[in-house]
Amino acid sequence: MQDFSTITDAIHSFLLSFMPGWLTTTVECVLIGVGLLLVYSLLALFYIYYERKVCAAFQCRIGPNRVGPWGLLQSFADMFKILIKELIHLDHIDKFLFALAPYLVIIASMLAFAVLPWGNGLQVIDFNIGIFFLVAVSSIGVLGILLAGWSSNNKFTLIGALRSGAQMVSYELSIGLSVLTMVCLAGTMSVGGIVDEQADLWFIFKGHVPALIAFVIYMIAGTAETNRGPFDLPEAESELTAGYHTEYSGIHFGFFYLAEYLNLFIVAGVASLLFFGGWMPLHIPGWDAFNHIMDYIPSVVWFIGKAIVLSFVIIWFKWTFPRLRIDQLLSLEWKYLLPINLFNLALMVCIIIFGWHF
Amino acid sequence: MADFQEKIAKLFPDAQIGSEEVPVISIPDNQWHDLAIALRDDEDCKMDYLVTVVGMDWTDSLGAIYYLMSSKYNTMCGVKVTTSDRERPMLHSAADVWKVACLYEREVYDFFGIIFIGNPDMRRLFLSIDWKGYPLRKDYAEVNEVSVENERQSDTTDTYIELPDGKVEKKEVAVFEPGEFVVNIGPQHPATHGVLRFRTAVDGEEIKKIDVYMGYIHRGIEKLCEDLTYPQTLPFMDRMDYFSAHNYHHGLCLAIEKAAGIQISRRAEVIRVMMDELSRIASHCLFIGTYCMDLGATTMLFYTLRVREQILDIMEKTCGARMTFNYDCIGGVMQDIAPDFQKDVKALLEVLPKNIKEYNKIFTGNVIAKNRMEGVGYLSREDAISYAVTGPSGRASGWACDMRKLHPYSIYSELDFEEITATEGDSMARFKVRMREMEESAKILAQLVDNIPEGEYCVKVPKVLKLPVGRWFTVVEGCRGAFGIYIESDGSTKPYRLKLAPPCLPLAGVVDHITRGSKIADLITIGGSLDYIVPDMDR
Repeated sequence: MQDFSTITDAIHSFLLSFMPGWLTTTVECVLIGVGLLLVYSLLALFYIYYERKVCAAFQCRIGPNRVGPWGLLQSFADMFKILIKELIHLDHIDKFLFALAPYLVIIASMLAFAVLPWGNGLQVIDFNIGIFFLVAVSSIGVLGILLAGWSSNNKFTLIGALRSGAQMVSYELSIGLSVLTMVCLAGTMSVGGIVDEQADLWFIFKGHVPALIAFVIYMIAGTAETNRGPFDLPEAESELTAGYHTEYSGIHFGFFYLAEYLNLFIVAGVASLLFFGGWMPLHIPGWDAFNHIMDYIPSVVWFIGKAIVLSFVIIWFKWTFPRLRIDQLLSLEWKYLLPINLFNLALMVCIIIFGWHF
Repeated sequence: MADFQEKIAKLFPDAQIGSEEVPVISIPDNQWHDLAIALRDDEDCKMDYLVTVVGMDWTDSLGAIYYLMSSKYNTMCGVKVTTSDRERPMLHSAADVWKVACLYEREVYDFFGIIFIGNPDMRRLFLSIDWKGYPLRKDYAEVNEVSVENERQSDTTDTYIELPDGKVEKKEVAVFEPGEFVVNIGPQHPATHGVLRFRTAVDGEEIKKIDVYMGYIHRGIEKLCEDLTYPQTLPFMDRMDYFSAHNYHHGLCLAIEKAAGIQISRRAEVIRVMMDELSRIASHCLFIGTYCMDLGATTMLFYTLRVREQILDIMEKTCGARMTFNYDCIGGVMQDIAPDFQKDVKALLEVLPKNIKEYNKIFTGNVIAKNRMEGVGYLSREDAISYAVTGPSGRASGWACDMRKLHPYSIYSELDFEEITATEGDSMARFKVRMREMEESAKILAQLVDNIPEGEYCVKVPKVLKLPVGRWFTVVEGCRGAFGIYIESDGSTKPYRLKLAPPCLPLAGVVDHITRGSKIADLITIGGSLDYIVPDMDR
């Protein structure tokens, strides 16, 4: 299998050959930052196009088809439009927090990119609490949303922000617990470690029943965490116009928009990491020839492919289901998902102790 | 019918009972409130449904005609109350007898300046609060320039109370309690279905009170009609409830034809009824789509629009328009049906059941949809009648209020269809009633599509149409409820007063009552399930 660490190591030693160590690190940081930004924006553009096409298919429409072949350049056009839009300055708002909020949201999703397992050896940083770091930074986003809603000095945004706060804080429990369930199975919190553990079989098969339960809960909670339908209450269009980002315009609005799509990718990416082996190809114990063929597919393709398939499911949710009400949303979390999750964690621990997993 | 007239004559010797088709009882103002209670509560009357309040200016006196209907005996009558004081006209309110009267009397106050003693809320309903004069009075000559200032709103309302010694005192009442968190929903809001404004007092997510502001698309249709000949008044019907344009046209044509004594051909009747039912299906389709969209299920809209498009295509072929058809005319219909009308309707009848099945599969059975709709926005039968919530919304509360059955007009008495009612009275029932009404409309269409008789589509009508002196009141069934038309003629070519009683005005009026204590999200559910059309209530 292609190991990207050989390439990164080569670059590292090449830079080190004529640079002092500190400069090398700085240059590498800048390179990675630029690379991530590029990936970030390209993924966002792709996701906008992807969602619009999928949604159009569900709604018996064609979707974007005018700009470029099959409308492929539509999201580029949209991006340029949003870049040249005027930032409307509002009075009676907390200007500093108002300007800060979109950056907090976008920083939260960017930080999460650091630990995603893009490919074999293609990971920005792999440390022993990788998945914990991911859960932690993704909760920064809620801060941005709360600030956006509060600093806009608008009743709609305030209600949207409060809804969002209640929702994200609640559903983080479910995400955390289902992640914990899988961490138990993996025995490590390091992202690289989790992927390596799945070299013989993906966790969704290895952990069978509890893994499946954890997966379903993770997908529900992940959808809620990204504020997407049927959990899109914070920005429930028919109730609160645009919820917490009602007052934003231009690229500031664009940041929220981008962050939403990127969070979709991150949730799907983490699901593929925890349940479908991250970049690990599909391996079935005993089928050596099959495993070997699977290895020929590049690991990056595996990871992004899994993430896209899983995000299709989340998009599918959005364009099919009606929206929940805030009390139903919270009772779903606290009365159903949380107890099931706790039970599931106990079940997983038992299965590991008795070695009943594959 | 004679029973209750005798009884009223016995109880109220001062009452004069007119001899119109819908008898109008004239009563002095001081006995009006007692009569109102008697009419509502007396076993032989049971006039519990207030259809509309027609404000009138007879130049020598101002007054109001309350049109009532009994949900038990299905009889109708009007009560005429007048005052000759033009400076400070006052009548007694019936707001405590029929809850919807509060809203209707505000409208009369807005247009005629009649103050209703005892009405809890005497603000203007449609016009802005700085409007000068009362526009529907015959001597109205005020000039109201377009205001360039911000819209003003008052946080207080006036109420007039009669003291024991007979004096009337004005009292100011605050609309909201001090310190309440008031969110402004509308007039520009995706879920108000037009420019309607709810000032909503909330406690967290819970709704305390809603104050409805209307009139953002008030076009003064009633006033305009007073200056137009009868055929010229027809196109306005397209611009009220634009989804039941055919039904409203049908209603006004019926009223004028009845007054002028015009008998139309059977072919025209059949075409009119078919168009009515097609619009009903199209209207309910759009309701389902937009309602699901309000609840967050955007995709449903496209599935329902598919059927609606098919109906609009049929209408375009025959009427030449996809909206504002202006198809029914006095004496029949504007032009004959398109050659492939029958073929197209049959094609529609074929796809409709499949589509309804699909809607139920995607949405009705969905657990989230069930949770959002079941038990939300409960409206009891009594309240539905008292608030005059007609149409599918009223029927969902168990009140059989279909005017096609109660007062069959055109050829509805010959047709075989069921009146759909439900007893739950919640949003889900309102949704399901509409879904099943589409099936019933399809049943009517199936009966008629092969039985369109030959004949002329429009009978000869005098070029200059004059109605005899008198007053007529007709109620037809629009897509959203009972649509009442009051015509008063002074014998000229123009109506002396044309009052249109839309079903959507009480629908918006009941929102406050059924949303109290619900969540903000429920306001959208409830508002959507009532399915009001703003141009219809504003006129």
